[in-house]
Amino acid sequence: MIRAAAFRPITAWVSAHPVASFVVFFAAFPFLVPYQSLATQVLIFGLFALGFNLLYGYTGLLSFGHAAYYGLGAYGAGIALAKVKVTSLWLALGMGLTAAVIGGALVGFFCLRRRGIYFAMLTLAFAQMLYFIAFHAADLTGGDDGLRGIPLHPLGLAGWSVSLRTPLAFYFFAYALVVLAVAALKRILDSPFGAVLQAIRENSDRAVACGYDINRIKLLSFVFSALFTGLAGALDALRLTVVPVDSLYWTTSGQVVIMTLLGGAGTFFGPFVGAATFLILADRLSLVIEAWPLVIGVIFMAFVLFLPRGIWGTLVARGVER
Amino acid sequence: MFDIPLSALAAQAFTGLVLGGIFVLMAIGLSLIFGLMTVVNFAHGSFYMLGAYVAFSLMGLTKSFWAALVLAPLVVGALGFLVERFLIRRLYGRSPDDPLLLTFGLSLAMVEGAKLIWGKIGLQVDPPKQLAAAVNLGFMNFPVYRLFVIAVTAAVLVSLWLFLEKTSIGLIIRAGSRDALMVRALGVDLNRVWLLVFGLGIAMAGLAGVLAGPMRGVYAEMGVEIIIDSFVIVVVGGMGSLAGAIIAGLLMGEIVSLTTFFAPKLAELIIFIVMAIVLLVRPSGLFGEAGLAE
Repeated sequence: MIRAAAFRPITAWVSAHPVASFVVFFAAFPFLVPYQSLATQVLIFGLFALGFNLLYGYTGLLSFGHAAYYGLGAYGAGIALAKVKVTSLWLALGMGLTAAVIGGALVGFFCLRRRGIYFAMLTLAFAQMLYFIAFHAADLTGGDDGLRGIPLHPLGLAGWSVSLRTPLAFYFFAYALVVLAVAALKRILDSPFGAVLQAIRENSDRAVACGYDINRIKLLSFVFSALFTGLAGALDALRLTVVPVDSLYWTTSGQVVIMTLLGGAGTFFGPFVGAATFLILADRLSLVIEAWPLVIGVIFMAFVLFLPRGIWGTLVARGVER
Repeated sequence: MFDIPLSALAAQAFTGLVLGGIFVLMAIGLSLIFGLMTVVNFAHGSFYMLGAYVAFSLMGLTKSFWAALVLAPLVVGALGFLVERFLIRRLYGRSPDDPLLLTFGLSLAMVEGAKLIWGKIGLQVDPPKQLAAAVNLGFMNFPVYRLFVIAVTAAVLVSLWLFLEKTSIGLIIRAGSRDALMVRALGVDLNRVWLLVFGLGIAMAGLAGVLAGPMRGVYAEMGVEIIIDSFVIVVVGGMGSLAGAIIAGLLMGEIVSLTTFFAPKLAELIIFIVMAIVLLVRPSGLFGEAGLAE
């Protein structure tokens, strides 16, 4: 077992100053991993998992279809740059976010008609529906080949024009946006709205009895979740300069579920810890064994059975207990 | 509309019935397991896939389709026993999301495991010689094998109905899905019933896979493709309702098959569209009780 006592002072400080910890750690992060594009990937997938975690970890709604908002964000930004030919990255990101938010609101409206297990199956079904639409709408999305030829224009920043073509420049561009997202999440969770979300997770009947319109609040949580997820998708479209159609496939939804649970659902840093664990593990494993998802699947099952709080969740819980 | 030959339409409707049969075998197992144990088995499709692969290997070993047809569901069902006993049983009393997550991991591992054992390239399975011909139904020629699939599905459904309605174990299963606590209080060891039902549902998924193999080919992702369709069917039929699973399964088989005929591009989308409409009109599904396990 991990010697948790050694981590206690660190987890305590980090829990007390989450946003500052995030800013410090991820400023150093690209220099700690084997290569910088892996660091960017961790940041983007961490943001994706953060969006998922707002809905699952904090509101208690298990979505198996978050690929939808990730894909909408990616296609939104990608289509803006490659098809509509906008030249501003900000405008492209904005279009990605808009697509994700509209998609989230529509799907959320349908899926929130059912609770619990049904919700999980419905979100999965709607995401698959979107996948098939993207697959067949080849004129717009590139279909099976994916959306190719997304130009990475220089970023307009207060009159300056910044090139993002080096991995490190792109990392810090993503870093700035993810820091904003993390700060926004902190703000949401600390607000009365955030408290109601967690009340719904703990006991939704009681939240109704307290007079909250929980359907509206759940929908709002769904839309916020889609917003964060869409930002991750849009950033990933810029990182890869291509949107593979698999972005919308259920395997992408599955990945974010795995990442979040490995790190710790319902914890602030769990999504990033999980994304880093998953991506670094996948990166190393794929060198050794071709069937690496088999190993990931078994590890994931072990986590569900024996370590349901995840890595970060377990560290934090042990810090609190002693 | 009228220039489409009636025989082509009838053939398509028959094909829909075959697809519907496979859907029903899948959905009824899912629904049975859910109704009794509130476990949503994401790996259900992977057991379907495993059934098809195991049948393929057994056919190679025994040179007999019939041996594979009987043995493969038993092998897969036995594996289902192990999964319930050593994995899912640990999760009773936890959130209903947890078995779904666990079986999701299991499904991932099974797909990759199948690729390791049987290779990444899909396999072709021929129907047995006795069923390879086509039969003239008067208005069209139809492959005998597909008629056989319909017959097997019907036989399984009748047996299941007799088992649930006429045997004392069936009585316990029905009672257990109504009120597990009360059944326990009467001194019934529900753990053994759950084990049995899980194995039974998995064996039916295995059988569906064996039957589907010669029609749709055998490949590692065949299971995750059908599990999503099956989820949609149980949501439309009403989760936990066996009648709902049967009717929604047959209905979806027909809808998919006829859409393939009239508008091929819509074929993959149509079940989701039907699902959205049903959800708007009847959120608890065609035959579902409102509020079951919510």
